[in-house]
Amino acid sequence: MLRTGSLLAVTMPIFPPSDDPGPSFAQLLRRTGLHPELPTLDRLPVGDRLVITHGTTVVAVRYADGVVMAGDRRATAGNFISHRAIEKVFPADRHSGVAIAGAAGPAMEMVKLFQLQLEHYEKVEGAELSLEGKANQLGAMVRSNLPAAMQGLGVVPLFAGYDLRRRAGRLFEYDVTGGRYEESQFAASGSGSLHAGTVIKLGFREGLDRGEAIDLAIRALFEAADEDSATGGPDPIRGIYPVVATITGAGFERVSEEEVASRFAALTEELAARQSSATRVPETSTEGGAQR
Amino acid sequence: MTMPFYVAPEQVMKDRADYARKGIARGRSLAAVVYADGILICAENPSSTLRKISEIYDRIAFAGVGKYNEFDQLRIAGVRAADLKGFAYSREDVDARSLANQYAQILGQIFTHEMKPMEVEILVAEVGEEPGTDQLFHILYDGTVMDETNMTVLGGEADAIAGRLQETWREGLDLREALRVTVAALAGPDRQLGADDLEAAVLARSNGRRAFRRIDRAELADLLAG
Repeated sequence: MLRTGSLLAVTMPIFPPSDDPGPSFAQLLRRTGLHPELPTLDRLPVGDRLVITHGTTVVAVRYADGVVMAGDRRATAGNFISHRAIEKVFPADRHSGVAIAGAAGPAMEMVKLFQLQLEHYEKVEGAELSLEGKANQLGAMVRSNLPAAMQGLGVVPLFAGYDLRRRAGRLFEYDVTGGRYEESQFAASGSGSLHAGTVIKLGFREGLDRGEAIDLAIRALFEAADEDSATGGPDPIRGIYPVVATITGAGFERVSEEEVASRFAALTEELAARQSSATRVPETSTEGGAQR
Repeated sequence: MTMPFYVAPEQVMKDRADYARKGIARGRSLAAVVYADGILICAENPSSTLRKISEIYDRIAFAGVGKYNEFDQLRIAGVRAADLKGFAYSREDVDARSLANQYAQILGQIFTHEMKPMEVEILVAEVGEEPGTDQLFHILYDGTVMDETNMTVLGGEADAIAGRLQETWREGLDLREALRVTVAALAGPDRQLGADDLEAAVLARSNGRRAFRRIDRAELADLLAG
């Protein structure tokens, strides 16, 4: 593992000061030869398309105390639902979270590396990275994934955190090239992001409280699942509900499954009440037209 | 052609050991004790930025006395080794015993092969899942590893401090009591140590995944006063 000219030919990685990888875990992995290679589909025969598991809709909404992050639980591989209970919202460290959309395998790996990077930096340097620094780190990781993204293995995360220096919640969107865009109100990523984003856009106002922000995120995911087949809705039969988390000055905190379930129940009740007074959905058939 | 003077290997080793011991004795001491919720590590350290005690991994802490740049280099190597192992295998596979062995290898190698031994003594501590399973590895400048139970003292006056600590420490102390007996042992009969002279941290079972927590000066003063 050790590659220095020094006498310290043992397994503990010690580097000469002129050649030190610093607090970067990615650099350390490269130096020790443990860096995972980017998955590429180069060697696939032409015309053979590999079906990759994808994760879909995630959203983040800023509110009075910080940020709410939420993500549905479905992973799809082509037209198949490959997982019903995958998680896409993770703590990055104490005061930040990351939500992923895109190819599930590389995305999970990216989250794992990102979490390790933040913790490694904190331990080596004895101080946490600033929120800005964390957001830039994630941007660099997304950018380094670009070759894989060109072959359909793109990862497009959301990053949100509580900025202890500014005392406010902040959120960031990325594109596959690693472009980092700070949003002031909300962000959405993944196949259902258009619908989810619109719902939040209409319901957002400055200074939402915790409950309102969670309800808005939940409604956004519900509507996205209603319109986008790759986004999973609430599943009361199996008891699978989207992962919702709040990030405030007190840190990253996952909203309990019971609370999410009861908020979904309230939402579906409200929607059902609206349906019952609506006109019936017209039937679509080829034979009915003449008889009516 | 000039021949180098013959020096007996015993003499070489003795000179190196004396050199290292002198360097270590110049610095101040550090003690670690087991208490009800885990391990308390406390050092005499007037600086609030240059740390002697730090986090290595989820349940593992590092502490060093002697030359700062040397034990800090070892600390960073430990963080790297632990993070790499956790990444390559799993978080559960990172343990203090293996780290202590690696440190011993490095220190032993340097002691016998380099011009100058490292003037450090280090501690690798791991808090166990249950009381009674905590581990303290005390490693000397020449790579000697000692597996200690309940308490250990590093530094120049280790024997005197350990003697005092042995008399006052008992099983199942809470954090406040553990801190008091440790600070009293570090200070000795003729001195008083205040929060500004100390650095302290705990590896506590109740802290969740990352057991390490620094006790800042305000909390330290509070614990010592009340």
